[in-house]
Amino acid sequence: MRLDIRWPIGLMFSVMGALLAVYGGVTLGKPGTAPSGIPVNLYWGLVMLAFGLAMLAGARGKKEP
Amino acid sequence: MTHFTSLHWIDYAVMLVYFAFVLGIGVALKRYVRTGTDFFLSGRSLPAWVTGLAFISANLGAQEVIGMGASGAKYGIATSHFYWVGAIPAMVFVGVLMMPFYYGSRARSVPEYLKLRFDEKTRGFNAISFATMTVFSSGISLYAMGKLLNLLVGWSFDTSILIAAGIVLFYTFMGGLGGAIYNEVLQFFLIVFGFAPLAFLGLRDVGGWSGLKERLATVATANGFGEGAYTHSWTYMGHASQNPVGVEWFGLVMGLGFVLSFGYWCTDFLVVQRAMAANSMSAARRTPLIAAFPKMLMPFIVILPGMLALVVGPAPRAPGNLSAAPAAVAAPAEATRASNPANAAVEAMVRTPVQQPIIEQSRGIIPPKIDPATGEPLRDGRGRLVLDYDLATPMMLVHFFPAGLLGLGLTALLASFMSGMAGNVTAFNTVWTYDIYQSYIRPGQPDHHYLQMGRFATVAGVAISLAAAYVAASFNNIMDMLQLVFAFVNAPLFATFALGMFWKRATGHGAFLGLLSGTLAAAVHHGLTLPAGAHVGIKGGYFGVLQTFPSELAQTFWTAIVAFTTCFLVTIVVSMLTKPRPDEEMKGLVYSLTPIQKDSGEPWHRRPAALGAVVLVAALALNLIFW
Repeated sequence: MRLDIRWPIGLMFSVMGALLAVYGGVTLGKPGTAPSGIPVNLYWGLVMLAFGLAMLAGARGKKEP
Repeated sequence: MTHFTSLHWIDYAVMLVYFAFVLGIGVALKRYVRTGTDFFLSGRSLPAWVTGLAFISANLGAQEVIGMGASGAKYGIATSHFYWVGAIPAMVFVGVLMMPFYYGSRARSVPEYLKLRFDEKTRGFNAISFATMTVFSSGISLYAMGKLLNLLVGWSFDTSILIAAGIVLFYTFMGGLGGAIYNEVLQFFLIVFGFAPLAFLGLRDVGGWSGLKERLATVATANGFGEGAYTHSWTYMGHASQNPVGVEWFGLVMGLGFVLSFGYWCTDFLVVQRAMAANSMSAARRTPLIAAFPKMLMPFIVILPGMLALVVGPAPRAPGNLSAAPAAVAAPAEATRASNPANAAVEAMVRTPVQQPIIEQSRGIIPPKIDPATGEPLRDGRGRLVLDYDLATPMMLVHFFPAGLLGLGLTALLASFMSGMAGNVTAFNTVWTYDIYQSYIRPGQPDHHYLQMGRFATVAGVAISLAAAYVAASFNNIMDMLQLVFAFVNAPLFATFALGMFWKRATGHGAFLGLLSGTLAAAVHHGLTLPAGAHVGIKGGYFGVLQTFPSELAQTFWTAIVAFTTCFLVTIVVSMLTKPRPDEEMKGLVYSLTPIQKDSGEPWHRRPAALGAVVLVAALALNLIFW
């Protein structure tokens, strides 16, 4: 297929990750946002954003793994 | 309406992002679908890592995510046998040894391979049973998903299944197999990202693996097993009575590891179709091998949350000190009356600690199962609460994820459901169009006619799934019965394929009669046996009870062993008595008449045999670590 699948995956995870990270950052310290004591939205959002950006970088590099 | 939690705008936002991307992929791929090959086989154009991830994702349906979590809570780490014994060896086998025939024969489907190798009646038998099975199993998982979402977040059953089925229909209709595969890869990553934090947060809560072991030891001894019965996969497999699975090692290895596992991974078109979409023989052979790596790590994402659900939460509390009740329990406390049995589960969970001075389940967040007749929690023979294990993983989501991450977790659940359903739908439309419509109804039409039929079959497949979901909702027993019949049909399949691929003397009559008698043998064996504690009926024993098995799984494994052996022997005997096919007709279809694949010039990670060896060593290591 001529569409590199890493584009949609990279875009989706970047958008979702950014959304979660920003939400996690804004609600930092509010009650109920960290049931386990860790601001998971912020951290996991950043991890997803990093994954998304890595996929996009791979797609730009054009080399299929 | 009573439910466990409610969603926040951020949860819906995450879900909408996902919906936008899956639908967008369908739109983007539509322009690449011009011929039947594009639609049904994705133009045989995909790289191995894409088909590999789709291979595992199509199998990673919601029933797997929920069911393996449930088994994790029921059986502990022994559930990993479904992966390290019941999947990996078969995946290596299909990649290294069987894919040359599937891909090399240019068959467009698994039933079509049977036609090329054996004859029309063998193909017809397999095509019809497979097509029926796929639409009904996607209907059953639709039903399960609708019920679960209703219970968890209070969505209406109708709306949830219509939206989910509508989205799957859209992208499989537009993009064909390519649309399904692209989304499966996306869904695979989403499932991993959605569920991975669950295992992490849960383990952190109980004090890591050693903490989990300690707490599960208490559960094990309370249930009458040795301390490590929930945290060792092999140590307690010597005898069925020593482990919560109720199976001994021989039945496990032969029934699950050999017959059922090879029967599924090596012959089920749902997964094989993904490999057939690969862009070369080498990529097709590496598809299941690449899939094997994430597959063997899946237990940490899907089984571990179930095990954790049994023991997370505060330490055993003194009667009367109810303030430490899990957050999930406190949330719907305002609800007063159960309007239906499903809601009663929530109700019971809210009420149980209050009404009973002695807390039976001092830890864990799995609610009890509700008797639909009385609305009261079910109790077993010894008066202990029976837990609703299917809620293990969903309760973990609700318990550990705040708004935001909860949206991600539910989206992952939806993604797993959709990947499974799309897998079923794309396998159905191909088998229907090529193996039933083109073969028996209207042969000899131009390609675009079959492309249109494929699109129509996609709509029809989704429609039948929806209908099946409603049938399942009103007559649960019909679905149980159908699944039982499918299990009988599937059990002997691997014998037919193994003999077909590796013994050139096997004939069409032999294969067909072998399959038929294998299916029959499965039904007879099931009808003559019963799992301990079950009643005669759907669970077996309808021809009289000759033998009792310690558990339902043990019965299932032995039924499969009997079916396989019967099919194997009958195929050989009938083949010897019937006329063999001339060798030249079977070139590329049988091992001894096909040139061996040469890949010695390639680096090791592109050579199927070398890659397969690495996979097997890794799976062996995992078995030893959790022995």
